[in-house]
Amino acid sequence: MYKARLFASKHARAYEAMYNASSPIILASLRVLNKIVKGKLDKPITWAEKKTKGFLFDCQMCGNCVLSTTGMTCPMNCPKTLRNGPCGGVRANGNCEVKPEMKCVWVEAWAGSKKMKHNHKIQEIQFAVNNEHKGSSAWIRLANEDVKAK
Amino acid sequence: MVSDESIKINPEYVYHPGNPLPKLEGHVSRGRFERVLKRGEFAVTTELAPPDSADRTEVFHEAAMFDHAVDAINATDGSGANCHMSSVAVCALLAHIGYSPILQISCRDKNRIAIQGDILGAAAMGVCNVLALTGDDVSAGDQPEAKRVFDLDSISLLTTIQKMRDESTLLSGRRLTKAPAMFAGSTINPFVPPVESRVSQMEKKIDAGAQFIQTQYCFDMPMLKDFMAEAVDRGLTERAFILPGVGTLASANTAKWLRSNVPGVHIPDSIIKRLEGAENQKKEGQKICVELMQQVKELEGVSGVHVMAYKQEQYVAEMVKDSGVLGDRKPWAPKNEY
Ligand code: SF4
Repeated sequence: MYKARLFASKHARAYEAMYNASSPIILASLRVLNKIVKGKLDKPITWAEKKTKGFLFDCQMCGNCVLSTTGMTCPMNCPKTLRNGPCGGVRANGNCEVKPEMKCVWVEAWAGSKKMKHNHKIQEIQFAVNNEHKGSSAWIRLANEDVKAK
Repeated sequence: MVSDESIKINPEYVYHPGNPLPKLEGHVSRGRFERVLKRGEFAVTTELAPPDSADRTEVFHEAAMFDHAVDAINATDGSGANCHMSSVAVCALLAHIGYSPILQISCRDKNRIAIQGDILGAAAMGVCNVLALTGDDVSAGDQPEAKRVFDLDSISLLTTIQKMRDESTLLSGRRLTKAPAMFAGSTINPFVPPVESRVSQMEKKIDAGAQFIQTQYCFDMPMLKDFMAEAVDRGLTERAFILPGVGTLASANTAKWLRSNVPGVHIPDSIIKRLEGAENQKKEGQKICVELMQQVKELEGVSGVHVMAYKQEQYVAEMVKDSGVLGDRKPWAPKNEY
């Protein structure tokens, strides 16, 4: 939802806190769940992630979530799907080159990021999306990666 | 127009793609452009609009207009999302007769598989410079029904180039028997929102491997001054060569059209007023461009200037000369006998 998305970047600080607090809980429960049911719940989890993040951030389920580094603004809403900052075509009013009625995702991201505690993260280089992960749950992947790392 | 048969290239000046200039200590490429910048000269670059044609002489003809006025020539890659001869082909043709072309790669039309192939191919044909671009959206061109690719963005593309060159591998990790020795650059638009993020965005590109930066059209000197001052402060001008872009405006109406129709082009009212008040608007536009070049050269931290004269390419050499920015230096040009 576009409005919810704008709200998220405006309140990026609170969202960041919420996200940072809830992520470990979500990931921990997923890890436990995973042990018990071994992947049987992947579908409903993906569905839940899609619904929650879809409503809050217009999440496009790219499967490579970077919200916490982009001012709580999903960069996959950029028509060029840029993940490292805006293109050179941002309009003088801060709107998108391609969709003149939409605020440039990166104008929002920059504004959101300035409010965040870890506001240097927007400077981290994000390599292009791994398209194999498209449509899959970033939560499950993170939980699994955590397990592997341990 | 010159015909194909009439081109006689002095064999002495034929550039052998397999055997180019020796690579100097501390250089990544064998190209002349990197040499000029690293020697600390004030460099001039320009843009060649690839023809809507399969005739290579049109490319040579256009490039010859810049002889002795520029150090490197950008060959645009489907600029404005319109199809023209490919940048790879234009660069290969130019490199073959010794020019120093800059291969532009836009992320709009090709995925990472195609792009890596182009980088290898261009390097094999003697192209020594590459410029990573996002690219105008397909909706800007005359085939808005085309599919947008944007598999990589300009920063991922810089990362890719750096990996191929410095680690001699493809993104997949597969080894290259010979790495592409390319001097890598990118662009920045200092004049669009969020303005206070522009230097950080440039820094990100430099972090990703940009060794030179060409900027979007600058018609607003005070804005460019602020941008450059911050770049100097943050040490970025020590890490990359920055070449602000300047351009010619054919008339006040062109200027107005550009600023309302081409996203990212910022032209202050004062420039438009000046053009409107001029007797010969085209000449005045060129005068403005010459003055901008001179002002750019005065800025701290600047390494050169990038002159964009779309449809006015024939005036570039004259404007560069009038500006005096090259001093008595005469950039290299092949001595072709047309
Ligand atoms: S203006 Fe912003 S949202 Fe639009 S294409 Fe460029 S970066 Fe993406």
